[in-house]
Amino acid sequence: MMKRDEMLKAFARQRKDEIVVAVYMAAQELTHFAPNDLNYTFVGAMGQGSSHALGLALGRPDKKVVVFDGDGSLLMNLGSLVTIANQAPKNYVHCLCENGCYETNGSVLTPRSGQIRFAELAKTTGYKKTYEISDLGDWQQKLPEILKEEGPVFVTLKVEPGEAYPENFPRLYSIEHREKFRQTLAKS
Amino acid sequence: MADYPLTAESIKKEFKRAGIHFVVALPDRVTSHYLLKGLLADPEYKVVQVCKEDEGVSICSGLYAAGHKSVFMMQYTGFLDSINAIRGVAVEGHFPVCMIVGLLGKEADVAPTQSKKYGVKIIEPILDVMGIEHHLIERDADAQQIAPAIEKAFKNCSPVAMLIGREPR
Repeated sequence: MMKRDEMLKAFARQRKDEIVVAVYMAAQELTHFAPNDLNYTFVGAMGQGSSHALGLALGRPDKKVVVFDGDGSLLMNLGSLVTIANQAPKNYVHCLCENGCYETNGSVLTPRSGQIRFAELAKTTGYKKTYEISDLGDWQQKLPEILKEEGPVFVTLKVEPGEAYPENFPRLYSIEHREKFRQTLAKS
Repeated sequence: MADYPLTAESIKKEFKRAGIHFVVALPDRVTSHYLLKGLLADPEYKVVQVCKEDEGVSICSGLYAAGHKSVFMMQYTGFLDSINAIRGVAVEGHFPVCMIVGLLGKEADVAPTQSKKYGVKIIEPILDVMGIEHHLIERDADAQQIAPAIEKAFKNCSPVAMLIGREPR
């Protein structure tokens, strides 16, 4: 099991010019300690991160799109796995922060918490490559390979909360930041 | 077909006039036979088929953030099913999601609010409550509203709904 903030910090250290779509706790943490104009957090409704990311990946096939989804979120939009696999964007990396609960909403356990092989579901729908990672060293080592793989790639990341960071919902849904994201992406 | 009031071609022409390349869709009985199948067969359009309508709201938003215009085709039942995504993403998030909504079961030349079909009757009032601009498309002349409505939605970063009142052929 990895601390989520350590996992995200390890990603941020290796990040180049990828678009990153993050939801809920991952979005709060990433925007706090690794701000970047290509952080996309404007998902608006639970479960929608993977679908926003698909639109971005189809619209900018020249840019790698990395999603930090949640297991509670993905359970609300499981069909998106099929939609993504059907479109098969080569630039799509779907990372699932599996914590087994709805952490933002009181840490109530998800149905079948910890017992679903999400990577297997992704593989069945047609994702090209899947990983299951629960060790920080393993994540750091495999990340360069994951980012080079032809997508869609799915990575289950077994995580638990690390340090607590302040919540900033207005930042996550800010129109101003969204427009800055658009402008930055248009130039990159 | 010459006397038929609404053609799929007139709607496609509007998509082209508005600069649409991406069409996100879940088959709708009103538009699937002539319009959606035509779009699927047309190499000018990239059709993204979704499993559930709320995905479509978000895919169109991601496409917008990546610099593209798109439309999202669904049946009114799908619109009802994806209300929260439309609320959170399109309305509150100010994303120009352009919805093409088939009013399955609406009687010809009857205003949607006068329909005997409950699901059809409530669509315009719901759109009004949500502050979403809407246009009823029943004839080729109505279809000419589509491109300007899409352009306005993108200019204002706000969603719009085109309600397809009869099967386009």
